[in-house]
Amino acid sequence: MALLEVNNLDVRFAMRGGEVRALRDVSFTLERGERLGIVGESGAGKSVAAFTILNLIAKPGYIAGGEIKFDGEVLNTLKPKAMQSIRGNRISMIFQDPMMTLNPVLTIGEQMIECLKAHRRISRKDARAIALHKLNQVFIPSPEKRLDQYPHELSGGMRQRIIIAIALLLDPDIIVADEPTTALDVTIQAEIMELLLLLCEKHNVGLILITHDLGVVSQVTQRTLVMYAGRVIEQGPTREIINDAQHPYTQGLINALPQMATPGSRLNQIRGSMPTLTKIPAGCAFNPRCDFAANICLEKVPAFAHSGNCKVACHMVDAMVAGERWTPIITDANGNGATPTDSHRTEVNA
Amino acid sequence: MIAFLIKRLMHAVLVMFVISIISFAIQDNLGDPLREMTGQAVSEAQREVMRDEMGLNDPFITQYLRFAGNALQGDLGNSYFYKQPATEVILKHLPATLELVMASSLIIILLSAPIGVFAAIRPRNWLSRLFMGTSIIGISVPVFLTAIVLIQLFAIGVTVDWFPSDTTWGSVLNGMLSTDGGMPSYGRGELVHVAGTWSSGFFTADGLWHLVLPAISLASIMLPLFIRLIRAEMMEVLQSDYIKFARAKGIGLKRIYFLHALKNTMLPVITVGGVQIGTMVAYTILTETVFQWPGMGLMFLEAITRSDIPLIVAYLMMVGVIFVITNTLVDLIYGLVNPTVKLAGKPA
Ligand SMILES: Nc1ncnc2c1ncn2[C@@H]1O[C@H](COP(=O)(O)OP(=O)(O)OP(=O)(O)O)[C@@H](O)[C@H]1O
Ligand code: SF4
Ligand SMILES: [Mg+2]
Repeated sequence: MALLEVNNLDVRFAMRGGEVRALRDVSFTLERGERLGIVGESGAGKSVAAFTILNLIAKPGYIAGGEIKFDGEVLNTLKPKAMQSIRGNRISMIFQDPMMTLNPVLTIGEQMIECLKAHRRISRKDARAIALHKLNQVFIPSPEKRLDQYPHELSGGMRQRIIIAIALLLDPDIIVADEPTTALDVTIQAEIMELLLLLCEKHNVGLILITHDLGVVSQVTQRTLVMYAGRVIEQGPTREIINDAQHPYTQGLINALPQMATPGSRLNQIRGSMPTLTKIPAGCAFNPRCDFAANICLEKVPAFAHSGNCKVACHMVDAMVAGERWTPIITDANGNGATPTDSHRTEVNA
Repeated sequence: MIAFLIKRLMHAVLVMFVISIISFAIQDNLGDPLREMTGQAVSEAQREVMRDEMGLNDPFITQYLRFAGNALQGDLGNSYFYKQPATEVILKHLPATLELVMASSLIIILLSAPIGVFAAIRPRNWLSRLFMGTSIIGISVPVFLTAIVLIQLFAIGVTVDWFPSDTTWGSVLNGMLSTDGGMPSYGRGELVHVAGTWSSGFFTADGLWHLVLPAISLASIMLPLFIRLIRAEMMEVLQSDYIKFARAKGIGLKRIYFLHALKNTMLPVITVGGVQIGTMVAYTILTETVFQWPGMGLMFLEAITRSDIPLIVAYLMMVGVIFVITNTLVDLIYGLVNPTVKLAGKPA
């Protein structure tokens, strides 16, 4: 059995204008020591997924269905106290913006020691020693001094190292890192990512890495999950996804990478943009932007089915794998070709 | 620390300079001191001679410098009414006002933090809604009205006979809505002499009892203001990433609310609070008048009706001093709570 098992997760936000369904039928697993990447456009539901794992979805959000199984326990039905003892202890989290993550009025030492004391019966002195040891592991210069400093006295890169040290304080089984380098200087991004990878490998810590950056995913993770409009649309070994994506959306993401563009010309962006969660088209949510959309795509949500080593949610994937060509794909009433337009969209939440 | 104090001192000098100019201008323009000092019998020519002797015909600057020089030595002239140095009169009335302000501040500090925090972490709870509703009333009703209502309810007492008193339910309801009254609403009660001009009501039951209604009245605007301020700040702080991170670390809610969140909430509250303490001194004028509280506020109002100019000036200067002192204290406290403010001398 996998260390972490997420099954058919359904997360909604009860808003005034009705429910927003942020996650639909999201399933994935993570083995001990495995590194999983989650990619997808802004608003796809990556952060919601991350917080849901720790059962930290705040009102008006709630888990409407599915389960999160960790080491044999179902986290989403756990008592608050029991859940609290898992957070930061067995599953810890790294946030996007290190400038906002640390409490500005507490010293670094205080913020590390309190975490240790929350999970272990330990003296302040011993806790301080462990904190110091962890700061050494993330290569913080003069760590002893840092313990008595406040966050504003440190640079962004330094702070993210400290946050990584906090995440590692209690030797967790899993670290959930939500875009851990996005807010950093480009020059420091690689450094931090390398550090995270190194530490996860060394201590056999599982990593769920949320990012926009397919390059990072290919360097760090073994498996990748692609999300679109609250659903997982493709998952499989990272190498296969990068080299041979099957879902048209994933293909689009990879084609949009700068290195895929002809020098001097524009990037190959996917046309259109992801729908807001309240205006998801019927059928496959990607159909208005998809070059391969067929009639069935406008009507039926594609099942998440195995395709080779991967799982893909696309009606056309078998045909594509078979190498067939099929244009025009969408036909109007007269059987003529057409491209999907707004008239094909129906509001699911209406 | 030294640098901070020097900066503060310069600030204080500037504030006092401005206040002294205003005070002097008032003194210069309101009334003619000769009229207060001489009778009808003195002729205009004699008055002119006296004016010259007293330097009242000197240029404005010369007169101001003389005034400032005297003020620096604590000499603000004699009160016309009390026939005593104005500074002495002020110092005699100062303790009553300070004790009233302290009692009110205590009420505000002790109640606003717990209520504000509770309303922030349980916004939908009926108790929170009740607090928020009442706080609106508290803010919008003027202090003197609150004071009068309190006096009516708890000093005089009200007898309600809306319901038939020959039935049990009627008399019970009447009894529930009626109040006994009997609380003191006049003056300071029994005092204990502490030192100098300071006689305190803090050390006798009667003195404390006399403080209750005036202190509540004076707090009636600031307390709801602070509750709302703390609630709003706290709610915002609770949305921040560092609170979410603390939860993701597995820290208990109690510690998150009362350490992580409250400490950040208090930063803006301290700043606003400092300014409000100054404002409260102004509100004492109303409260002291309604309760005949023998403090500076009541004295000031009387000085105005009596055109007792030296006393008016002395009051303004004293209020200036209080502002400067509270602001300095608030800055010091703020610097201690907020690590991003560097008070030199504090370990960085
Ligand atoms: N607190 C909230 N209240 C209401 N809706 C929310 C809330 N948080 C998230 N959502 C909904 O969930 C959707 C997904 O948000 P999420 O933050 O998971 O996106 P993301 O994939 O992490 O995007 P990004 O790359 O920008 O971080 C949002 O578009 C929004 O509609
Ligand atoms: S199901 Fe249809 S619309 Fe959706 S990605 Fe596949 S081909 Fe495109
Ligand atoms: Mg996000």
